[in-house]
Amino acid sequence: MSFGRDDVLLRVENLEKHFEVDEGWIASLLQSVSGGEPDYVHAVDGVSFEVRRGETLGLAGESGCGKTTTGMSLVKLHEPTGGDISYNDKRLSEVDKAGMAEFRQNAQMIFQDPFESLNPRMTVYDTVAEPLRIHDIRNETARVQRALEFAELLPAEQYYDQYPHELSGGQRQRVAIARALVLDPDFIVADEPVSMLDVSLRAGVLALLERMTEEFGLSVVYISHDLSLLRHMCDRLAIMYMGKIVEKGPTDRVIENPQHPYTQALINAVPVPEPDIGRERVELQGEVGDVIDVPSGCRFKDRCPEYIGDVCDGAIPPLERKSDIEGEREHEREVACHLYESAEGHDPYAEVDGDGTAAEAGAGGDAERASADD
Amino acid sequence: MAQEERTTQSIFTDVEDRTSSEEINKWERTTRLWRETLREHWGLLTDELSVKLSMLVVALFVLVAIFAPWIATNPPLQRQYQTEDGILIAKWVEPSILGGNSEYILGTTAQGFDIFSQLVYGTRAALLVGLIAAVFTAGIGTMVGLVAGYYGGTVDDALMRIVDFLYGMPLLPTVIILVALLGPSLWNIILAVIILQWRATARVIRSQALSLRERPFVKAAQVAGASDWHIISRHLAPNVLPLSFLYGSFAIAWAILTEAGVSFIGLGDPNTVSWGTMLQASRAYSALQFGAWWWFVPPGVCIGLLVISGFLIGRGYEEITNPKLQ
Repeated sequence: MSFGRDDVLLRVENLEKHFEVDEGWIASLLQSVSGGEPDYVHAVDGVSFEVRRGETLGLAGESGCGKTTTGMSLVKLHEPTGGDISYNDKRLSEVDKAGMAEFRQNAQMIFQDPFESLNPRMTVYDTVAEPLRIHDIRNETARVQRALEFAELLPAEQYYDQYPHELSGGQRQRVAIARALVLDPDFIVADEPVSMLDVSLRAGVLALLERMTEEFGLSVVYISHDLSLLRHMCDRLAIMYMGKIVEKGPTDRVIENPQHPYTQALINAVPVPEPDIGRERVELQGEVGDVIDVPSGCRFKDRCPEYIGDVCDGAIPPLERKSDIEGEREHEREVACHLYESAEGHDPYAEVDGDGTAAEAGAGGDAERASADD
Repeated sequence: MAQEERTTQSIFTDVEDRTSSEEINKWERTTRLWRETLREHWGLLTDELSVKLSMLVVALFVLVAIFAPWIATNPPLQRQYQTEDGILIAKWVEPSILGGNSEYILGTTAQGFDIFSQLVYGTRAALLVGLIAAVFTAGIGTMVGLVAGYYGGTVDDALMRIVDFLYGMPLLPTVIILVALLGPSLWNIILAVIILQWRATARVIRSQALSLRERPFVKAAQVAGASDWHIISRHLAPNVLPLSFLYGSFAIAWAILTEAGVSFIGLGDPNTVSWGTMLQASRAYSALQFGAWWWFVPPGVCIGLLVISGFLIGRGYEEITNPKLQ
């Protein structure tokens, strides 16, 4: 690997975010009376990956798979319920106030809907200048002007006093990008940055995002369900399903030679503008599983076209390197599926045949497993 | 900033060299933007004839209240005449505008007070009650609503249970208890009105804050590291301000009506002249039975005019806050 350990900007270790289903004091009162355990939505359930300096990572998956929750946890909009995020080798759960302020200054987010992500009662200037005021950075006007110019809102002065409702969708997203850039961040989470824009405007905003990555040396985490966009923008790709990463690797390898059955189905669903192209259609049956009462074993087993029996029911497939996938750069790819042989010596069949471990692999065993992994 | 030096390609690398003369004057800018917003709202508000007329009426009352000592022909609580033996008798003078043979424009009450002067000074009480109650109703309600809605959880629960409790408090018993404890005065009525009115504002503002805090622009501010107070004051408050103005303008009308009602049943301040106490006195001396309608019609008309104007202005403002009504 050409990157050393020092180049890792952000390391996500076993990140978990569970949301309690019934909140409020009546629910908790009832629970304490009945003695029942509260239900949790397992939005993100043990996700590990790292983002290197200057790298673009794509998070893909269908709606509800936890990719947005992961992105929001990355910029600390959610407090994770388990696992941790390290920034510059400092654990975010342990940093002091100054460390947190430094992280806030270096981690920014671009939201999906530019109509919602700008305060309707704030002018463009105030919106972009706000992060500077929060962090008490001087040369406000010059920085705002630079950021707007970089976002190709020219001439910048003309936009200062405009309100969001006076701007088009594309211009708003550019303002949002300028706001994210004005603090000179190290990494940005872009949550479906162009999905709400007109198709004609997407190319322009995408070009801007690309320029931002190249010229700033920014690390960007793109969250999208649009695989063709991610293929265009990202160095590496992680596919998520029901709160877990099922496949991770260099973008071109994952797209051209998908290994996990879910990735294969996902890539198969991307339309190809060629009527005569002959390809085998893999259509997924059924619905996404229950994220409250998580199924045991592999979470994809009920919809999986390659279901191979007890091992899928009993053992949770860990995300690991596989020894029997042929091709270049395969050592960088990790897959969570029992179809392939582990390169790390993990034997899922032992788990199923062994006594009682299979039962533990269900929802109740999650906490123990997480602590065992540490 | 160590981070910045490491990233050599930053677009801000030479930004420090720029002179600060380009820095925009913050105050100048803020006042200019406020002026623009206010002008825009004013334009929308005065677009409608009913709102224009209502504003004219309110302005008139305000002028009367300010210049009351110059407009009133006599002190409002000074008897204009007494019987020779000093015993007060129920006798009123007919108004001069109806051809009555006297110097009193609207006649006098049975106690010998000049009705016109009472009416003029009553404007002061009405506007005082209305404005103070409105400011506090909107202010307390907005603050409580924003805090409850933004923080949620236990804070929200606690504040909303207080609001629930206040919703269970009826108007008259509350006023009676306050008057019994603190003695009859205009301020106790204002206090009671405030205590009983901020609950509705708090509820509505809380519901707004609940939805606003989930909006991505609030999340963006959180990502940038904004403090809770920063988000409440810069992002939530400006977005609920039109709504609190709306509730404030309705509160004016309600407070005036409440004061009149409370005074009418005799819980008002006997040392202050208000339209409500005028009505109460006219009832006590059976003005209606004796046909002395000039005693109770003027204060009734004034209350009606001011309250209707308040509601119409509120209604006009509602159209600004909720464009769907237009």
